[in-house]
Amino acid sequence: MSTPSPNPASNPAAAAQAGATKSAFSFKDFVIKFGLLIILAVMIIVFWRLEPAFANARNMFSILQAVSVTALLALGVTVTLAIAGFDLSIGSTAAMSLMASSYVMVILNQGTFLAVVVCLLLGAFIGFLNGVLIVKGRIPDLLATLGMMFLLLGLQLIPTGGRSIAKGMTLSDGSAATGTFTDAFLALGRYRLFDLIPLPVIIMLVAAIILWVFMERSRYGRVLYAIGGNEKATRLAGAPVERYKIVAYMISGLFASIGGILLAARVGRGDVTSGSSLLLDSVAAALIGYAVLGAKKPNVFGTAIGALFVGTLLNGLTMLNAPYYAQDFVKGLVLVFALLFTFGFASSQRR
Amino acid sequence: MTEPGREVIRIRGLNKRFGSTHAVIDVDLDIRRGEVLALMGANGAGKSTLIKILCGVHPADSGTMEIDGEPVAFRSPLEACAAGIHTVHQIINDGVVQQLTVAENLALDEICRPEGPVLLSRSVITARAREIQAILGLDLPLGKAMSELGQAERQLVAIARALSHDPKVLILDEPTSSLSEAEAARLFTLIEDLRARGVAIIYISHRMSDIRRLADRAVVMRDGRTRAEFTRPLDFDGIVHAMVGHRLREGAHSAVAGGRTVVEIRDFALTPTSAPFDLDLREGEVVVLTGLIGAGKTEFADCLFGTATPHAGSVTIDGKPLRASSPQEAIAGGVFMAHEDRGNSSLVAEFSVLHNMTLPFLRQFSKLSLVVPDQERRAAVGQVSDLAIKCPSIDVPIGSLSGGNQQKVVLGRWLIQPCRLLILDEPFQGVDIGARQDIGRRLRETAAGRATLVICADLEEATEIADRIVVMRDFSVVGGHSVDGLSLDALVAEISGAGTHATFA
Repeated sequence: MSTPSPNPASNPAAAAQAGATKSAFSFKDFVIKFGLLIILAVMIIVFWRLEPAFANARNMFSILQAVSVTALLALGVTVTLAIAGFDLSIGSTAAMSLMASSYVMVILNQGTFLAVVVCLLLGAFIGFLNGVLIVKGRIPDLLATLGMMFLLLGLQLIPTGGRSIAKGMTLSDGSAATGTFTDAFLALGRYRLFDLIPLPVIIMLVAAIILWVFMERSRYGRVLYAIGGNEKATRLAGAPVERYKIVAYMISGLFASIGGILLAARVGRGDVTSGSSLLLDSVAAALIGYAVLGAKKPNVFGTAIGALFVGTLLNGLTMLNAPYYAQDFVKGLVLVFALLFTFGFASSQRR
Repeated sequence: MTEPGREVIRIRGLNKRFGSTHAVIDVDLDIRRGEVLALMGANGAGKSTLIKILCGVHPADSGTMEIDGEPVAFRSPLEACAAGIHTVHQIINDGVVQQLTVAENLALDEICRPEGPVLLSRSVITARAREIQAILGLDLPLGKAMSELGQAERQLVAIARALSHDPKVLILDEPTSSLSEAEAARLFTLIEDLRARGVAIIYISHRMSDIRRLADRAVVMRDGRTRAEFTRPLDFDGIVHAMVGHRLREGAHSAVAGGRTVVEIRDFALTPTSAPFDLDLREGEVVVLTGLIGAGKTEFADCLFGTATPHAGSVTIDGKPLRASSPQEAIAGGVFMAHEDRGNSSLVAEFSVLHNMTLPFLRQFSKLSLVVPDQERRAAVGQVSDLAIKCPSIDVPIGSLSGGNQQKVVLGRWLIQPCRLLILDEPFQGVDIGARQDIGRRLRETAAGRATLVICADLEEATEIADRIVVMRDFSVVGGHSVDGLSLDALVAEISGAGTHATFA
């Protein structure tokens, strides 16, 4: 079945004009579209020339493994960005999931399956609460999820009295915890397929592909983007906007909790401090994603590239022995430039 | 009442274009001291643009403006203010700061003065505020926050602020649109007082009762031109005539009687005080709902589409009661509606023509929730050719199309699936004449299987598409006429409410 071809001949003047505009701005268009991908490629080449070990397959997959948790959170927040919302609670949702999985296994002495299910349900439920606060409680998204962020940061520490969860830890009644991280659970964060590809990378890629199909190819994704573009028009076109918005936050919570599980599996203990930088890194990845292929909007592919971009940069800088404080500086620099690609150049082109 | 004073403002040959829209065309206008000039016209007639030129928001493309005989050309609202022209905009919240007190708002210009003192003393502010309200003889709660005030009081504060500069000209844009009758009466007293002091007042309103009470002179704009001027005693039928239709289109088509009744509306009261009415809409018939702005046309349509609830009454579709408490349910019940102001209420600016068109019916083009591009594109391309939509491709952003073509996309969206009742609210706003004819033609071509209700204040546009014209006034249906042998005078009398008050449907 051939796609019906659009007919430029029906309006030759407009078509000619569009053509003219295109050629006049072609260089700018090219930069806006491929600028970020080119920088990524150049960056990889430069790191490889400076430090040949950078480019071996194992290191490449290490980069992917390092970014997989950030990427999962970033993918989730992309959905809330698509509805012109925001989810600040993803970092603490992931931390919550990390603590909850540890709690279920180490203290409650339960198995892998239950730990994972509890985390996923918890993530979806936190997202549901966020959505209800925003839709029914009419709290602005930033404020509602900021409140949720603090709430979770405190809540996750209550069951253990603020201590990290580790095998054999002393419980409040003086006895030692009998449970342990199961091997199956730890494998989620540590197993390498063919002794090369880390499982978290595969999980992240599968999640990214599913989300890409959902956002770009399914009618639900179309409606989510429509809500972000014009909520009123979408409601008047018959979409149950409130329900969609709640679902968007649930997806965000769910992805954050998957990220938390992978983090727990890699760390192997319920560390209260892991995941503190997750929020900012993933938001940065999603925002850098706006600039990928000139999308100018939150998009799944861009977010994945954005996460890769940040991960590559950090890995390369680490290998070159750059001081740790240089990392945040460079991250900020990249973000500012990416946003300039998206907003600054794009808007001058649109006029 | 007042002697015709000398001219404060003298406008000659004013023109303003926005892209392809010629918003103000060769306007000549004089505004005199101690006079209330009512500036009237339907939406998009050019009133707002004219006012924005007057108060310095937009520069004019050509033409001259004189104030007290001195030629002026404002480059900013500040310059207009300095020349003595002050405006109170329709959205009063733009004119006051919610978080500050009444006194602070009244003295706001004093507070913001760059050369003023760095530290503000409360007593100085209060003294200044008292001074301002004394000039107007007002008694406002100076210590209260603006946000605690009612609409009328906010309006008075905004006006008081404008008046504290001792303006030569005061422009009031729809000042009574959110006021109760008692609040409006208070405002009218103030306006009459100002007139007596020699202030020239330009009063923009759609409310005939306001005009009746206040206006010394009325100027009607239509399609960017000043069409008619009326002096006391004002001829209200003449004003409506000039606003909504200078001539009727004869012989474009003859009325279709319509088949069986699709929509039955019974004992329908929009508000507790409005008169209940009945209305039937039949299959194959295009009914135009007309009336002045504020007559309740959109409110009525909102009730049918589930975005508003009527005070009383019932609606059935094909004999079954319509239960719609949201657009989703209305659409499921066979009621489709294309809203007024397509930019805000119909289109997603970031989306392409294709995605805008198919938004409500994605389910139809999906398999396992995944959109099947071929089916979707075929439907959109069909509408593009049926409606003669001019676009280089269905994948271009909707914003790159002209207003008329955007409106066609909105109509095409609702023609993708059959419905029982199609409602279009002011579909010809900001639409060029060619597109207007295409839309009207397609609307009539497709009318067979459904009832069609088009809200349209302009009678020329109405007669182009209607089989029957139904008039609304004061939130109630007051008359219905077949388009065959239509009497313009009777229609206009019904719209303005100047004629007999016979109620029939």
